[in-house]
Amino acid sequence: MTALSLQNVNKSFGEVHVLKDINMEVEEGEFVVFVGPSGCGKSTLLRVIAGLEDASSGEIRIGGDVVNLTPPSKRGIAMVFQSYALYPHLNVRGNMTLALKQERQSKAVIEERVQEASRMLNLEPYLERFPSELSGGQRQRVAIARAIVREPKLFLFDEPLSNLDAALRMNTRIEIANLHRQLGASMIYVTHDQTEAMTLADKIVVLRDGRVEQIGSPMELYNNPANQFVAGFLGSPAMNFFPAELVQDGDDRTMGVRPEDLFLDDSGALAARVSHVEKLGGDTNVIAQVNRHQITARLFGQHAVEPGQDLRLGFNPQNAFHFNGEGMRVE
Amino acid sequence: MNKARSNPLNTLMMHGALILYTLIALFPVFVILINSFKERRSIFREPLALPNAESYSTIGYNTVMQQGDFFLYFQNSMTVTVASLFFVLLFGAMAAYALSEYRFRGNMLMGLYLALGIMIPIRIGTVAILEMMVATGLVNTLWALILVYTAQGLPLAVFILSEFMRQVSDDLKNAGRIDGLSEYTIFFRLVLPLVRPAMATVAVFNMIPIWNDLWFPLILAPAEETKTLTLGSQVFIGQFVTDWNAVLSALSMAILPVLVLYVIFSRQLIRGITSGAVK
Ligand SMILES: Nc1ncnc2c1ncn2[C@@H]1O[C@H](COP(=O)(O)OP(=O)(O)OP(=O)(O)O)[C@@H](O)[C@H]1O
Ligand SMILES: [Mg+2]
Repeated sequence: MTALSLQNVNKSFGEVHVLKDINMEVEEGEFVVFVGPSGCGKSTLLRVIAGLEDASSGEIRIGGDVVNLTPPSKRGIAMVFQSYALYPHLNVRGNMTLALKQERQSKAVIEERVQEASRMLNLEPYLERFPSELSGGQRQRVAIARAIVREPKLFLFDEPLSNLDAALRMNTRIEIANLHRQLGASMIYVTHDQTEAMTLADKIVVLRDGRVEQIGSPMELYNNPANQFVAGFLGSPAMNFFPAELVQDGDDRTMGVRPEDLFLDDSGALAARVSHVEKLGGDTNVIAQVNRHQITARLFGQHAVEPGQDLRLGFNPQNAFHFNGEGMRVE
Repeated sequence: MNKARSNPLNTLMMHGALILYTLIALFPVFVILINSFKERRSIFREPLALPNAESYSTIGYNTVMQQGDFFLYFQNSMTVTVASLFFVLLFGAMAAYALSEYRFRGNMLMGLYLALGIMIPIRIGTVAILEMMVATGLVNTLWALILVYTAQGLPLAVFILSEFMRQVSDDLKNAGRIDGLSEYTIFFRLVLPLVRPAMATVAVFNMIPIWNDLWFPLILAPAEETKTLTLGSQVFIGQFVTDWNAVLSALSMAILPVLVLYVIFSRQLIRGITSGAVK
C-alpha cells in the first residue's frame, strides 16, 4: 500500500513557479528523505503535503484517499518543525495532548499515549515543565513526542536537527532511526545534510529548482547517479568533475571521479600539483590542481604528501562517470 | 556582571538622573493634589505650601460632590475609555492578523487605507460624524463616543500590531493548524499572548487622549446623563469666575483611574520595550 502519492503536483506563488510536476510515492513504513540545495522547494513540498499550502494543480493521495481539499488536521499527518514550534503557554504535557483533546479522545487514551511517547523519548521528568525551561535538544524531543502521540499515518520532518549542535544531532538522528524502526510508520524527512540523508533514508528524493532530479535508495544514487547534479550533490567530499580530454584527447564529455576512487600512481592519468593537504589520521585529503582544475583525492591512511609537490593520480576507468554538455549521464 | 553597570558612581548618577526626572514629571500632579486640599486664598498666596491646619479645607471636594452627578461623569468616562480600548484592541488585532497572515487580493491596499487614518485627524470629519450620529439617533449616548474613539484608535493599532504579528513564527501557527485548532483559536490562544506587549503599548497610547478628550463629548454627548469627567469639570471653569477648589479636586480625582489603568498596562509595556533587547 502507498502511504503517499503525488501526481503532477505544481505550486506557484503568483508568478513564481516553485514546484514543477512532482511525481513520487512513499510506500507504507518507508523512510523518505528530500534533499536539495537551499531554496529548491523542499519545505514548500512538505507544506503542500501537510495541507498548509494548497497545490496549484495535481493530486495528493494519503493512504489512498485524495486529500487536496482536506484540512491539515484531518490528513492523518503530523509535522515536526525546524524551530520546534512548541506552544509557549502550555507545559510539555499540554503540548503533547492539545491535538488529542481537539480530536476529543478519551482521558484514558490520552494518558496512555503520553506515557508511551514520553517513555520512548525519555521525557518523563519534564512533563510539567514549560518549553522555556527546556534545552534545545529537549525541546526537539518534545516536538517529536507531540507528533508521535497523534499516531499519524505519515510523519513530516522539516530539518528537525539543524538547530542542534553536532553531538546532539548525531544522538537525535539515531533516536529518529530507532523511532522509525519501533513505530514502523511512514516518514518524510527534509534535510540538506547528506549524512542524515544517507544514513536515515530508505529512499532519497533529490530536488533542484522545484523538480525531482532522481529518486532511489542511497546506494543507487551514489553508485548510479542519473546526472551531474546528483553525482555532485551526494558524497563527501564531492565528486571531481573535469574535461575528459585531460585523460583522452578529443573527448568532449565531462568526466566525474569520486575523491575516494583516486589513488597515487606514478603512471596515473592525471598530473597534479598539490595545493593543500588535510591529514585526518584515518584519511588524507589531497587538494591538487590539474591544468587549473581543482581535484580532491581522498587517500586511505596516512601519506607523506606536502603542498607544492608534483604527483600523479590514477583511477580505475570503471569508477569514472561521463556526462554530456547538458549534464546528463552518458556512457 | 557588566562592569559599567555595577560601578557605584555610575549607578548613583543613573539613579540620580532618574529620580530627578521623576520629580519633574510628578511635580504638576503634586501641586494639583496639595492645592486641592487648601482653601481658595491659600491656593493663590502660597501655591507650593503644603496644606496646614489653617489652610486645610475640603470645600473643593464638597462642591464637586454636590454639583452635578460627579460619580455618573466618572462612570461615563470609565465606560467610554474601557469600551473604546476593548474595541480598538479587539478589532485592531483582528485586522492586523488578517493583514499579516492571509494572502489575498488587495491586501497591500487595504493596509495602506487603514494606515491613512494615522495621518488624517478624525476631528476634520466632526460635522459629518455629527450628522451621522443625528441620523442614527446616537447623539447623547455613550455609544456615539465609543464608536468615534474606536475609529480614531484603529489605524495606529492596526499599523503597530500587524508589524508585531508578522514576527510571530509561522511554524507555531502551522503547528496549531495541524493539531486541529481553528483560526480563531490560533489567533486568540497562540498569537495574541505573544503580542501582548504590543497590545499594552497600543492601549496606553489610546487611553490618555480618550480620557482627556473634551471635543467629542461636548459635541456628541453633552447631555447631563452622558457627560464625561472632562466635560463635567468644565462647569467649574467660567468665563468670569473659576472655582479653583472644585477644578483642582475634580482633576485630582480624574487622575486616579488613569493611574490604575496605566499601572495595569505598564508591566506589559516595559516587557514590550525590552523584549527586543534581551532576546
Ligand atoms: N510564500 C511564498 N511566496 C513566494 N515565494 C515563496 C514563498 N514561500 C517560498 N517561496 C519561494 O519558494 C522557493 C522554495 O522555498 P522553500 O522554503 O521550499 O525552500 P527550501 O528548499 O525549503 O530551502 P531551505 O533548504 O533553505 O529551507 C524559494 O525560492 C522561495 O523564495
Ligand atoms: Mg526549508
